[in-house]
Amino acid sequence: MPTRTVTVASKVGLHARPAATFTRAVAGSGLPVTIGVAGKDPVDAASVLAVMTLGVQYGQEVTLHAEGDGATATLNELVALLATDHDA
Amino acid sequence: MPTVRTTVLRGRGVSPGVVHAPLARLAAPLVTSAADPVGAEPAAERVRLRQALEAVAADLTARADAAGGPCADILTTTAAMALDPTLRAAAEEHLERGCPTAHALTLAIEGFCARLDALGGYLAERVTDLRDVGHRAAAHLAGVAMPGIPAPGYPVVLVARDLAPADTATLEGGDVVAIVTEEGGPTSHTAILAGALGLPAVVGCPGIMAVPEGVTVRVDGTTGEVEPDPPAARRVGPTAAAPSDPPAVVGPGSTADGRPVALLSNIGTVTDAERAAATASEGVGLFRTEFLFLDRRTRPDVDEQARTYAAVLRAFGARRVVVRTLDAGSDKPLPFLPLGAEDNPALGVRGLRTATAHPAVLDDQLAALAAAAAGTARDVDVMAPMVATVEEAERFAVRARGHGLRRVGVMIEVPAAALRARELLEVVDFVSIGTNDLGQYTMAADRCSGALGHLLDPWQPAVLDLVAVVGEAGRAAGKPVGVCGEAAADPLLAAVLVGLGVSSLSTAPTARPAVHAALHGLSAPCCAVLADRARAARGANAARTTAARTRDELVGAG
Repeated sequence: MPTRTVTVASKVGLHARPAATFTRAVAGSGLPVTIGVAGKDPVDAASVLAVMTLGVQYGQEVTLHAEGDGATATLNELVALLATDHDA
Repeated sequence: MPTVRTTVLRGRGVSPGVVHAPLARLAAPLVTSAADPVGAEPAAERVRLRQALEAVAADLTARADAAGGPCADILTTTAAMALDPTLRAAAEEHLERGCPTAHALTLAIEGFCARLDALGGYLAERVTDLRDVGHRAAAHLAGVAMPGIPAPGYPVVLVARDLAPADTATLEGGDVVAIVTEEGGPTSHTAILAGALGLPAVVGCPGIMAVPEGVTVRVDGTTGEVEPDPPAARRVGPTAAAPSDPPAVVGPGSTADGRPVALLSNIGTVTDAERAAATASEGVGLFRTEFLFLDRRTRPDVDEQARTYAAVLRAFGARRVVVRTLDAGSDKPLPFLPLGAEDNPALGVRGLRTATAHPAVLDDQLAALAAAAAGTARDVDVMAPMVATVEEAERFAVRARGHGLRRVGVMIEVPAAALRARELLEVVDFVSIGTNDLGQYTMAADRCSGALGHLLDPWQPAVLDLVAVVGEAGRAAGKPVGVCGEAAADPLLAAVLVGLGVSSLSTAPTARPAVHAALHGLSAPCCAVLADRARAARGANAARTTAARTRDELVGAG
């Protein structure tokens, strides 16, 4: 059950557009992935609304968790996505 | 026929320019209800719901492809909301309980809207996008066309409660020459897209929905004034050069004769900071730190706070940054700051008053600010909200200085503080007037009360009198007096404030050019004349009119 922690690099946090980019990548993987932050329950990482309502800000750490075949590779891709500021 | 001699309505100008045109309304969306006919078997309705949401997403994606630019990003994100698995699961739960199909989706959407609302700021403003998904899906389920932008064949001012991205994305090249919405904030789509399209726009304008269709309205996207049925003299052509479109003035803010007036920005997040730092803004006059604390079960620790503050300080390099400590109250509760219920939160334990029961929250914040200043090798100004007495100011100053913070100030929002500004300035280094709260407390009128809007007019001479007391105290002490309320963004009122002795004005960054140009055209003695005449007026409207006439005389003569 691979788990990875990453610091969000998006300067605006995971607000609407960065959240949508991320959840699209999750949905594309076809694997069940969760995303969580300290103090809150993890949520379905393929749900743009659930990710937005986490209110993740720039510099905050999030924990990703995936299951199934290729979970490690998927998490590597998702971590790389979150560790990049796409507006920079 | 004497139509609607309504007084001037006031909202927040978010995209500059002045036009007048007949009012046209966006058709209201379908309203769903628990009393709607219940659909077929839940299994069949689940399929219909899924198809409706997929159709909405496909339509939004197609619009995104056609729109390009910032519109495309917004529409693509809205399409992702339509396909959200959590949203569909929540709607299906309501369906299973026998809820009519479209209403099941409405309930699921409202559940998320409540959570986004609670986050505040940018995310709260996304509820309009999400509700639009519901409206579109409801129209699809009912087999009716979506209401769209009016296109009568002549210029119109578009009025709506709020606009969804899919509405605004089709505005370009149409009949709409200005936009006024009852709701929405400075980062709503209306603001972003109207700015991108160069359409004058006013958001958050209470009362606009009561103005009938077809009435000519004058919209000033700089001041936020919306005037139904304006007199002929104020009906400038829809595409005529707008008087409040200022010629760009460069350099730091100052009056015509060179008295510096720092033109600063109000910010709430690191994103705001970076956006404002990219403009000519001379720094931050008000950093609202609440955003960092909202929607948190536990208090952000000193390290996390310090990182956020440091990011803001770095963004502004050597420019001044004034940070306001947490402004919470029982109407803005935080899970880790239990304040109990109060009958009258505006007069309750809020702002600095919360530090008595929860001193550690303030100490953490001061420690984090000191760490951020040390880490970025620069100074930071810190100020406390909701200060009423000199003792409170002194206690705050001692604590802040104890953490190594060198420049300490207080907000002037309470009339008592304004009246004792001279004594306050003996214990702090600067003050900043929050005109919205100062107006509320001076006029005994709830800021949230639409019916009392006329009392909350920042041109009320009583409020100007209090600003004058503070300005005079600042001059006597040789210490800065800022204004960080809405009043600072009104170019004419900004000149009056400078005339009253204010040395810095903090506004949304978009308001800066107009304020800059207004001050650049008036000398400090002229501002003082404007201020004297405004204070001599019998009421708010008279003060505004007198100041405008005086400015025109002085500029015309000058």
